[in-house]
Amino acid sequence: MSEGDPRRPIGRFRFMDEQRVNLDGFAVEDAALGLMAFASPADPAPSLVISDGRVTEMDSRAAADFDLLDAFIAAHGLDLTVAVEAMGVPDLAFARMIVDPGVPRSEIVRLASGMTPAKLACVLTLLRPAELTLAMTKCRARRTPSNQAHVTNRSDDPLLLAADAATAAAFGFREIETTVPVLGDAPSNAIAVSIGAAVGSPGILVQCSVEEALELEMGMRGLVSYAETVSLYGTEQIFIDGDDTPWSKAFLTSAYASRGIKMRVTSGGGAEALMGSAEGCSMFYLEARCVALARAIGSQGVQNGGIDSASVAGAVPGGVRSLMAENLMVMVRNLEACTGNDALMSESDVRRTSRTHPIFIGGSDFICSGFGSIQRYDNMFGPSQWNSEDIDDFLAMQRDWGVDAGLRTAAEPHVAALRERAVAAVRDVYRILGLGDFTDAWAAQAVDAAGSKDVPDADLMTPLWASRLIRDTNITMIDVIRALDEAGYEVEAERMLQMLHARVHGDYLQTAAIFNEEMDILSLVTDPNDYSGPGTGYEPTPQRQREIDAIRQQRSVDDLRAQQQEHSSSTLRATGPAERRDDPRDVVIGVSPAAGRAIWQTLSGLTVDDALDELLAGLEEEGCVGRVVRINDTIDLGLIGLTAARLSGSGIGVGLQAKGTALIHRRDLSPLANLELYSVAPSLSRESYRQLGVNAGRHAKGATPEPERNPYSDDAIEARYHTTVVSLVAIERQWCDPTAGPEEMEVVRS
Amino acid sequence: MTRAKSGRPVDDITLDAVRGGDVSVDDIRIDPSTLEHQAEVAASHGNPQLAANFRRAAELSVLPDDLVLAIYEALRPRRSTGVQLEQIARDLEARDAPLNAALVREAAQAYLARGLLA
Repeated sequence: MSEGDPRRPIGRFRFMDEQRVNLDGFAVEDAALGLMAFASPADPAPSLVISDGRVTEMDSRAAADFDLLDAFIAAHGLDLTVAVEAMGVPDLAFARMIVDPGVPRSEIVRLASGMTPAKLACVLTLLRPAELTLAMTKCRARRTPSNQAHVTNRSDDPLLLAADAATAAAFGFREIETTVPVLGDAPSNAIAVSIGAAVGSPGILVQCSVEEALELEMGMRGLVSYAETVSLYGTEQIFIDGDDTPWSKAFLTSAYASRGIKMRVTSGGGAEALMGSAEGCSMFYLEARCVALARAIGSQGVQNGGIDSASVAGAVPGGVRSLMAENLMVMVRNLEACTGNDALMSESDVRRTSRTHPIFIGGSDFICSGFGSIQRYDNMFGPSQWNSEDIDDFLAMQRDWGVDAGLRTAAEPHVAALRERAVAAVRDVYRILGLGDFTDAWAAQAVDAAGSKDVPDADLMTPLWASRLIRDTNITMIDVIRALDEAGYEVEAERMLQMLHARVHGDYLQTAAIFNEEMDILSLVTDPNDYSGPGTGYEPTPQRQREIDAIRQQRSVDDLRAQQQEHSSSTLRATGPAERRDDPRDVVIGVSPAAGRAIWQTLSGLTVDDALDELLAGLEEEGCVGRVVRINDTIDLGLIGLTAARLSGSGIGVGLQAKGTALIHRRDLSPLANLELYSVAPSLSRESYRQLGVNAGRHAKGATPEPERNPYSDDAIEARYHTTVVSLVAIERQWCDPTAGPEEMEVVRS
Repeated sequence: MTRAKSGRPVDDITLDAVRGGDVSVDDIRIDPSTLEHQAEVAASHGNPQLAANFRRAAELSVLPDDLVLAIYEALRPRRSTGVQLEQIARDLEARDAPLNAALVREAAQAYLARGLLA
């Protein structure tokens, strides 16, 4: 719509329409299409009838009418010894028990094990967001929270995969999920990521997400240490479209355990609506069926909370809330919760942060079921809710709230060394096993790369050939470990061997198991969540708290002092006590106590000397004579300016703080009144100081110059500079001496 | 002390053994008795379904990879006739895997009811 068109919205709405949130789709609730978060009219009323130890009716459906999901849940999913008691607990009473810190988690999971999908859906629908958050803190299986990363790239480059896996480990992720744009590359990716992870840390679990049967086959060869892409759906039609049944999934679940491989299933609200067969039910009820089924087939955990369909849930009222309620349902069913925050659900940074935040502060077994630790364009699952550009944001948020969301800061030299080692290790292993050769240029690019676009030398055929050889020659992880050891990576070889030992021990098959860096297992069994109100439950160890707090960007006064020292000069020299002069052209520039003594650089990056040069030049342009005086007894800019004005023959003074803030003052004014104030020191330029000098000169001559406007900025100037200001003020305070008078300063040019 | 499926103690599976070419696939496979132990742990931590899974897994742990993959494939929708599923169940029974045999028979019944047999 062009200008002059009567239908053209007003400027305020044209402006609002341009915001990124309006790229998101928002759907009108439509129960028939499954576009409803909670409580669709078609959701069945909870019910359970048991006769002769068998379920004859569940959620308003008779056994004869059970679909595949009903049949499996009824046969395996419910603890019939508590079912009558559990189904008799009123919804609201159980909702309150879930939130009540005085009711132990064990009692919640005991009763939930006898509740049908519809019953648990009705209960959790009653919880408000803050209640969901508290319930998560209480009900998750593992005491210690954790996080999972995606590590993939567009070219399946083994060197970059290894470097990025080591990087993810350095930042604290305890599980790494990879996948492939080219299916045939899967074995190569699994090996490269496993080696990279072992370089980064002991005990990282690695999976390669591909089609069910191929994923199992890779697990059997020892190429991966866990599996997650075992999808469940909430309607029979979609389940069958996914080429599985509850029985085939149950068998698959046992197949993984039979090889000592950890496994969890995947589901998520909105998937059925997205695939066009929600049977008119709400997303939350269908997910309640998935979670009940996950428990029924014997999976230790669930990845849910939308996942690929998170944006479908996000499109309807209450949808984001339902994603979190899904996660809580997993916890209440006594399963490991890998709580989504996976596929990007919004174009808006505000909305995606809002979606994650309650889970972030509540804590979960895995906050993200796939934090994109790599570039968005390299994420072969599609961009994540959180991506490599957000790692520092995430770390800052952990520090802000004092919570452990699984990540830790990492210093650049440390990560650089890990990436170099990971790349070299994969290169050596591939050479020894005859899987491929890599050029020096390729390796160097992979070490340095922020993403695969920075690795133009990567050869796309290498992973494909390597994968073919791995399959054809039956290479297993034992061969990889031997090659790694042969190439001199004994530590990493030992770490990878430990992961094979883990399969034999089987302890990490238990609910919510991860390894810490000491190779201890943290799980429902070894690290059970014991939250029962303030002062209980997970608390970071002092060492972990330091990791959370000591982000690499933090600075102390000492850091700032050292940084100022780099700009030190001896331009300003005190020559004796300053005196008042009578010359009407005399304008005193008063500088703060630390200027030119401990602070040499202003917030804009200009030096104090630069600012003084321009002020003096501006005064000279107006035929005035500038004189520099250090005011020792105050750090207040108004008083500095006023003191300068009272010493000056013209009665006009300029005040300049070492951080760059400046003003023009007159001898007859009160300290807080002034003629012109340049308050936004970070935005001041040479031209600003020149103009300030000119205006001070004009005031000295009795004229009324047009005040200089403070430079305008969109930036969060205060966020950027306030910590520095606090330190600079502290330094000024140290140099301030209330008993010392003003000193005449000589500006010595070398 | 945990033993691998090969019977070898897990502590014997050292880097030295790998170097010497003295580690077989069965040395890094979980033993059925270990899975039975894990089943007991799961049952005592409020998850009898996880325990049941580990017990089915114990039965499968001694079967060859190809057979396990083939049974999974046969259980997918419209892959098998009722007769074929019954044959698999009998074969599993013969291999001392009654829990999995029961699962396959239950599937056959459900697939018949919902029209998912081949």
